[in-house]
This record gives sequence, C-alpha cells and structure tokens, in this order.
Amino acid sequence: MEQFEFSYPARRKVPKRSHVGVVGSGDLEVLLEPLEGSTASVCVRTSAGGFQKIWKAVLDRFFSRYDGAARVEINDAGATPGVVLLRLEQAVEASEK
Amino acid sequence: MTEPAQPVTNERQRRQSDEFSGTRGRTWFKALTGRDSAMPGDPQSVLAADVFVGQKQVRLLCVVPDLNGRFPCARHGQVGLEEAYTLAARIREVTEADREREKRPIVAIVDVKSQAYGRREETGGIHLAAAAASDAYVSARLTGHPIVALIVGHAVSGGFLTHGYQANRLLALDDDGVLIHAMHKEAAARVTRRTVPQLDELAQTVTPLSYNVRDYAKLGLLHKLLHVSDPGSPTAEDIELVWAEVIGAIQDAMVRPRDLRNRIESEGARTTRKASRLVRARLMEQWNR
Amino acid sequence: MSEPIFSREYLKRRSFIELSARDRAKCLFDSQTGRELAGPFDRIESPWLPLQNIVPQADDGCVVMKGIIGGQQAVVIAIAGAFQGGSIGEVSGAKFSSALDLACLDNEKGVRTNAVLLLETGGVRLQEANLGLAAVAEIISSIISLRKFAPVISVTAGTVGCFGGMALAAGVSSYVVMTREARLGLNGPEVIEQESGLEEFDASDRSLVWSITGGRQRYNQGLADVLVDDDAEQIAQTVRHFIARGIPTVHRSEQVDRYRSRVAALDTSRQWSPEELYAWANHKRKEQP
Repeated sequence: MEQFEFSYPARRKVPKRSHVGVVGSGDLEVLLEPLEGSTASVCVRTSAGGFQKIWKAVLDRFFSRYDGAARVEINDAGATPGVVLLRLEQAVEASEK
Repeated sequence: MTEPAQPVTNERQRRQSDEFSGTRGRTWFKALTGRDSAMPGDPQSVLAADVFVGQKQVRLLCVVPDLNGRFPCARHGQVGLEEAYTLAARIREVTEADREREKRPIVAIVDVKSQAYGRREETGGIHLAAAAASDAYVSARLTGHPIVALIVGHAVSGGFLTHGYQANRLLALDDDGVLIHAMHKEAAARVTRRTVPQLDELAQTVTPLSYNVRDYAKLGLLHKLLHVSDPGSPTAEDIELVWAEVIGAIQDAMVRPRDLRNRIESEGARTTRKASRLVRARLMEQWNR
Repeated sequence: MSEPIFSREYLKRRSFIELSARDRAKCLFDSQTGRELAGPFDRIESPWLPLQNIVPQADDGCVVMKGIIGGQQAVVIAIAGAFQGGSIGEVSGAKFSSALDLACLDNEKGVRTNAVLLLETGGVRLQEANLGLAAVAEIISSIISLRKFAPVISVTAGTVGCFGGMALAAGVSSYVVMTREARLGLNGPEVIEQESGLEEFDASDRSLVWSITGGRQRYNQGLADVLVDDDAEQIAQTVRHFIARGIPTVHRSEQVDRYRSRVAALDTSRQWSPEELYAWANHKRKEQP
C-alpha cells in the first residue's frame, strides 16, 4: 500500500458530500466532502506500488477542470487512469445534485 | 481463494499424521467423565456423557477421530455431517428434557481440526448441519443452559463454529498444543498469498493473526487460560483443577446475560476490539435518529 | 424470422447482481425509506488491514440500512462481495451483529423489526482471522436471538456466493433466497480440492461446482426456499412476501431429526448425483430447470 497527498487551488463551495465505488480489483472508492476555504486536498491510498507520477498526472488533469473546495479520499485497488477519472467524475456529479 | 491447486498429497499426509490429531479430546473426555464412548445410535466420532458434579448433572460432548467413520473426509477429527447433526441432537435432547426443570450445564470439550472438506459433505449440505449444531448450542444458551467450551487441542474454523464457539464461557489450556484459528497456517498463508514465515512475522503485530493461545487470550474472547502440568496426559491434580474451573465458569455463566456480550465488554476487548466497540456505539447512536 | 436472443422480459429486468451493495440494500425499501447507518463517512475502517499494507474500505464492505419494507420496520445488512471477497472482518462483523442486536431490542420493546441479509461472502476474512471468526459466531448468535421475534431473510444473488462461516448464518435464517447464479456451501471448491484432492473435487469443473452448491440445486434439495431471477424488483417483492409471511413455524436448522435421518440413509461408499437429494425438499417444489 502506498499513500500520497496532493492539493489544488479551489474557487467554489461544493453543495454536498458524495461516495462512489468499491475497493475491488481494478476499481476504487472515492469519498468527496465539502471543505471550507480555497483548496482541494486529495489523499490517495493505493494497493499498486510505484505509480505516484501517474497519480499526479491523472489528478493534475482532473483538477485543471474541477474547482470545488473539497477533501477527496481515494482508496484504490489498482484501477486504471480511465477508471479513476470516471469515478472522480461520478463523485463530483453526485456531490452537485 | 481462487488460486490453482498445488501439490496436495504432502499436505494431506502431513495433516493426517498431525501431532495431536484429535487424541487430546478423547483424553480429556475420558479424564473428566471416566467414559470413552458414544451414546447408543451415535457415530463413534461423537462422545457424549452425563456426569454428576455434586448434585448437578452435566452433559459433556466431544468430537473425536474415527478411522472407520462412514464419511471418508471426516475420519480424522473433523466435524462432518454426522458429527454436526449428532451434536445438535444431543444438545436438543437436553433442552427438551429440561424444559420444565433446572437447565443442565453443557460442556463442549473442543479438539476439532476443522470442518470436513468433502464433496459428499457439500452435496449433503454440511453448512446446514453446522448451522443446526450452532443453532442447538445458541438455543440452549438462550433458554438458560450454561455452556462452557473447554479447548484442549485444536479449535479451528467451521469446526469450532459448530462445536464450542457458541458457549457462554470459553476456557483453554495454556499450552502450545492448543490452536484457535480461522484456518490452518499453511492454508491461511496460501490463501492470503504469503509465506508461513511472513505470516508468523505479521502475527507479532497483528494479534488476531497469531496462532499462539496466549495471543488469542488478549482478544478478550476467552474467559480464562488454564495451567495444567500435563495437557496430553492429565494428572489427578490437573483433572481436579480443570473441573473446578469448569464449575466456576458454569456458575459465572448462570448469573450473567445469556448473549455473547461478555466477549465485547471484557477487559481484553476494551483494548483489542476497540473497533467493534466503536461500531456498536455508533450504530446505537444513529439507530433512532 | 428468427427469435430475438433476449426476451422482452429479460431486457426489462434491472440486474440485482450488478448493483453495488448500497444500491442492493436501497432498492428493497418502500419508497426511498432506507437510511444508512455507520456509513462510509463515519470512516470506521478495518484497523488490521493497513497494518498488513492492504487498502481498507471506508465502510469495511458492509452496508447497514434501516427503514420500512412492506409497511414494517426492517434493517438490511448488505455485504460487498467485491471488497476482499465479501469477507467478514472485525468492523464489518461488528456492524452486522450490532445491527441485528438493535433490531432485536426494538422487537423486545414491541416494535416489530425484520432483518434482510444480503450475503455475498467468502466467510471469515483471513487477514483478521480470529476476530473474523469471533464476529461470525456473534452474527449466528444474533440471528437466532432475533428470529424469535421477526423473520430473518437471507438473499444470495451473485457469483461470489455465500461460503464459510457465513453459510451457517444463511443456514440459521428464517428464509433463504437464491438466484441460479448464486452458490451456498460451507467450503469453497478450491479449498476442498486443496484439502482433499482433485479426485474428491475438481474445482475447475464449473458445471460440477454449480450442480452441487448452485441456487437451483439448493432450491430443488429444499435448502433454499425460493429461486429468483437476477431481477431487483422480483427480489424486492420476494423479500416483502417473506416479511408478510412472518416467522416460520419451525426453522430449517431446528429440524435436526429430519436431516439427521436423511444423512443416515445416504450410501457413503460413493459420491451422489445432486438429483438424488431432491427428495429432501419439503416445500411443494416446482422443479427448476
């Protein structure tokens, strides 16, 4: 298991918290909670070692478009970048409803 | 549990010549009851007897190996279809007979290496047989029969769930020959994709993984560890001590709640089962919100 | 003109198996009344998995939801088969038994509260070994306490099946609901092959595996009460049906003499074809192809 923290600038409040996914093979769970202030902080725990750079690239890409102030926790069981982005988008969608 | 089958014979041979292989159960049953046989109509693999302790009658039950048993996968001290239904029948016999009178204590002498791993067993629904034995123990406990499990050898996995784990009070001999676990070490290592040395090392920090009975005692599930001089061949003093502890546990069970809450309220549970206690508190808090 | 590959009925179905544990639980309640307790944002994770370098899940793979089903109070406990094989660890196990105990308390206070168990589980989580096994013992005990007051309905739908100690939980339930895709047994096929050899059980033979522990076999043999399609609405209806029916006059795992005599009558010199045990069924069974 490896653990990383990232943070990104944010500009707006998030309406509510959301949870999607499962820590099952090739999948991940995302917990997204509104945060006070103007940052989004991300904590990743992943079963697959040696992918920190890829995580950074995937999250950089995601947060270049997402500007919510949120605490995002990711528990990952070896998901591909595509699945990670999909789950993040689902979490955001659920948090905006 | 999805990896392909590996060399089977060595493990089977090793397992079958297992050092303790259920002999301790018979030894202690004999020591505590003076008897060594099944009740009429029962398979030879389930020993049952009623003995008087002072004025009180106590029923003792034990699963033992029977090399001539009908089921090939249940001959070495495993709990199979016959053993589970026999236990259930002998417990229900007691609860029926004592319906209108003082509830007889039941003592499970535990030395079960596992449940039976066989195709006949699965086809015949061994899960229901095991459930029936568990049910009989739980139902007896809930109607007020004090139940004590005395672990003298192995208490493993489905075998232990079927015979012993539903007792109000668990007693175990403090001895290396006692093994309480969810799965035998080699199989557990394989299923969790570890080597046995890795598993041993982890067990030093992750208490529930340990195969040592003293570590088990830290989980807060056990009522007491019993120190005897010769666990494989008990002396007169050993037998006297164990009976005294069994009676003490029976008396204790009689004055406490009939559910299993002692296992989460015990001293040990307060440190080792913190997460269980937190879950329970949180659910209670949110239940009627 | 050729027949369509999928019937209109089939296409209309919403798969229950493909839903997450949370959505499975949710879809059983009357008009969105299900409210989750000790959910992922309570963040009660397994304290033992991170110590072993394993990524935990925020709800430990167990969803507890309370609300109204068929006009009555009910709690649904759903295991996520995708997380650690749906295994029972300290936290998921404590959620399970605590929720049942709270339902039992409500019943004692006169508020009838039913329980539905969505069992997609391989049994005890070997990474939490002894605390998993202890939790399963507590779950079995809690089901038996509760089912005196209200039915406990177990549903197994997906291909993970219901195995290990949790098969005993299904065994002591009031009603067992299965799909054709589901399996119910004490030991998984790989474990039997490993422990007793390829000649005893060929785990790679999928049709053999399902012919013994599959939903259709368990129903035809009388070890499941109903066989349902993988259809969320049909399963919800079935659950409402059993809640309306209430507690059975006798639970399956209490029928010791019945099953014991059946086991006694089996010829153990050979393996049996699953069809030979169809005569065990006591329900008016429509034989399922």
